[in-house]
Amino acid sequence: MTALLEIENLHARVDGKPILKGVSLSIAPGEVHAIMGPNGSGKSTLAFVLAGHEAYEVTDGSIRFGDEDLLAMEPEERAHAGLFLAMQYPVEIPGVGNLYFLRQALNAVRKARGLEEISAAEFLRKAREEARRLGIGEELLKRDLNVGFSGGEKKRNEILQMALLEPRLAVLDETDSGLDIDALRVVAEGVNRMRSPERGFLVITHYQRLLEYIVPDVVHVMVDGRIRRTGGPELARELEARGYEAFVGRLAA
Amino acid sequence: MATAIETVREVTASEYKYGFTTPVEEERFPPGLNEDVVRRLSERKGEPAWLTEWRLAAFRRWQQMEMPDWQKVKFPPIDFQAISYFAAPKQKVRPKSLDEIDPEIRRTYDKLGIPIREQEILAGVAVDYVFDSVSVATTFKKKLEELGIIFCSISEAVREHPELVRKYLGSVVPPGDNFFAALNSAVFSDGSFVYVPKGVRCPMELSTYFRINAAGTGQFERTLIIADEGSYVSYLEGCTAPMRDEHQLHAAVVELIALDDAEIKYSTVQNWYPGDKEGRGGIYNFVTKRGLCRGRRSKISWTQVETGSAITWKYPSCILQGDDSVGEFYSVAVTNHHQQADTGTKMIHIGKRTRSRIVSKGIAAGRSDNTYRGLVRVLKSAEGARNHTQCDSLLIGEHCGAHTIPYIEVANRSARCEHEATTSKISEDQLFYCRQRGISEEDAVALIVNGFCREVMNELPMEFAVEAKKLLGISLEGSVG
Repeated sequence: MTALLEIENLHARVDGKPILKGVSLSIAPGEVHAIMGPNGSGKSTLAFVLAGHEAYEVTDGSIRFGDEDLLAMEPEERAHAGLFLAMQYPVEIPGVGNLYFLRQALNAVRKARGLEEISAAEFLRKAREEARRLGIGEELLKRDLNVGFSGGEKKRNEILQMALLEPRLAVLDETDSGLDIDALRVVAEGVNRMRSPERGFLVITHYQRLLEYIVPDVVHVMVDGRIRRTGGPELARELEARGYEAFVGRLAA
Repeated sequence: MATAIETVREVTASEYKYGFTTPVEEERFPPGLNEDVVRRLSERKGEPAWLTEWRLAAFRRWQQMEMPDWQKVKFPPIDFQAISYFAAPKQKVRPKSLDEIDPEIRRTYDKLGIPIREQEILAGVAVDYVFDSVSVATTFKKKLEELGIIFCSISEAVREHPELVRKYLGSVVPPGDNFFAALNSAVFSDGSFVYVPKGVRCPMELSTYFRINAAGTGQFERTLIIADEGSYVSYLEGCTAPMRDEHQLHAAVVELIALDDAEIKYSTVQNWYPGDKEGRGGIYNFVTKRGLCRGRRSKISWTQVETGSAITWKYPSCILQGDDSVGEFYSVAVTNHHQQADTGTKMIHIGKRTRSRIVSKGIAAGRSDNTYRGLVRVLKSAEGARNHTQCDSLLIGEHCGAHTIPYIEVANRSARCEHEATTSKISEDQLFYCRQRGISEEDAVALIVNGFCREVMNELPMEFAVEAKKLLGISLEGSVG
């Protein structure tokens, strides 16, 4: 069976500094993978490389997304092909309404996929329904995109976008950071609702806490730009119990 | 780090979608300007003696005047003797009905998306079509006449309503006001005239669509709008021109007069040909626009979206003479490639408790320069005057400039003036965020810029807001790469 995402020997640098030093990873449709690791290990870099941020330069390796060469695609083409990145720090765009942005994004993606634009009524119905499930109030939908949103509101809003854009692969970059336990649960439920046999997830997190709510199929531990160990959900608990320090030390020895 | 907005992409001038020329037989004066030309122009238009004299007086004033040099914009000297001061499509008489209009001219406006007809898309908007030096059609005249509203070309107004024209022409912008106003007063060829009688609320948007077609000409139109006591009118102005290597001069004068309790809303979407990416060709848009809030509680509101022209140099202003009168100026000025803009407003507070509001959004991309220059003057008589000014600049790329030059002169202690200014850049992270959600880079720039301008766009009448939004996107195509 073809992998949804196939990363091989990926090397990347930022400002000339090597960050990823040979990452290999394969996600099959329907799987949820988690990447854990200490700060500075390259987790977020991997997320930005997947999404095609220009500040991250790939120096070696390959990424296949389904049948396509992901690295040859522009960021928007990756989105059209079904890659979604829920960002750790969603940006603010003053003057652009939250719902308006969402509809522009949805229509851009639909157009690229050969679908008709969604009608205003249908869009509103879907957006409101999903917002309600995520505990996003009507007022937040009308505000400017991410402007003045709390950390938790921004993260919920990312999940709202994900739900409407229906990606094939969703990358969640530290979606749990800055969330209280209730918000964490709501966000995790949002993700779990979207799990399906066709869709894959790559959940990047520093803490095991999130993985109690989004139970992964596979856990990878990333240290210093490489994946050092891969296992099942029990690996996350092991990390939590023993800490990265011991882990890094043992691996480095 | 290679930044997304560092390199300005090569763009072809073909992005200007209105750059075609209409093959229409024209009548035109040979280039050159002297008293004889002014006389001939006036005669050709069948004007009364007082107007011929008025033009000649203006011409003599103009001859004594020097081209101003305080502006930030730069351009080579203009040879006023090389311009033809009258060009008109040949037609024996002005068509009596819309069906008699030259099919070529009709096709021109069709291509521009503003077909000459009184139906469908333009229902609810009456349009005066000015083609080079003359007005070629005005729609919905009958309907407006029933309400006593006069909406016609200024040439027709001179013939049909001389008392109104004579009373108000030059009353807000006197012929000797400035170099270009004097030139316009001498050679203005056509333009629009509006009179809204007492207590009438004009039920539709009035609009003039200016089109420069002929080469080697300038366009010198004159617009005069009078809102009598308690009346209301919303007026829209749109402009385009063919692509040419030469610079063409557009030196218009617009005068607005609002009497007691009257309100005039004047909106402009200016998309004159901006020149190519090397800065060749394009319109010099040197315009004097001024509104006089003569009556108490009167209100004049300017909204402009300026995306075109090689150089935009104008300051739509309000003289707040009546007590409690209100002046507003909402502006979006976009410059790309080698375009230059030096634009802003003047708010002159004379009456008591007069209020003014200025919202200016300048967007600079490519190698362009974008200047806001504004004057708020509160005279001694203007007890309790208020002004709020907000100037925001958005930079795209590394080679453009944004400048804010406010002048505030206050002679009354009870007045309150506030000035806020910000400068920002479109960040790479904003662009990346939009693209990650599937929105193309160019659409993302348009989206972010439209967000930046929203306060101003909200002031535009519906009919224009959609067009203006698209225009912003088109003007900035290729500004990132």
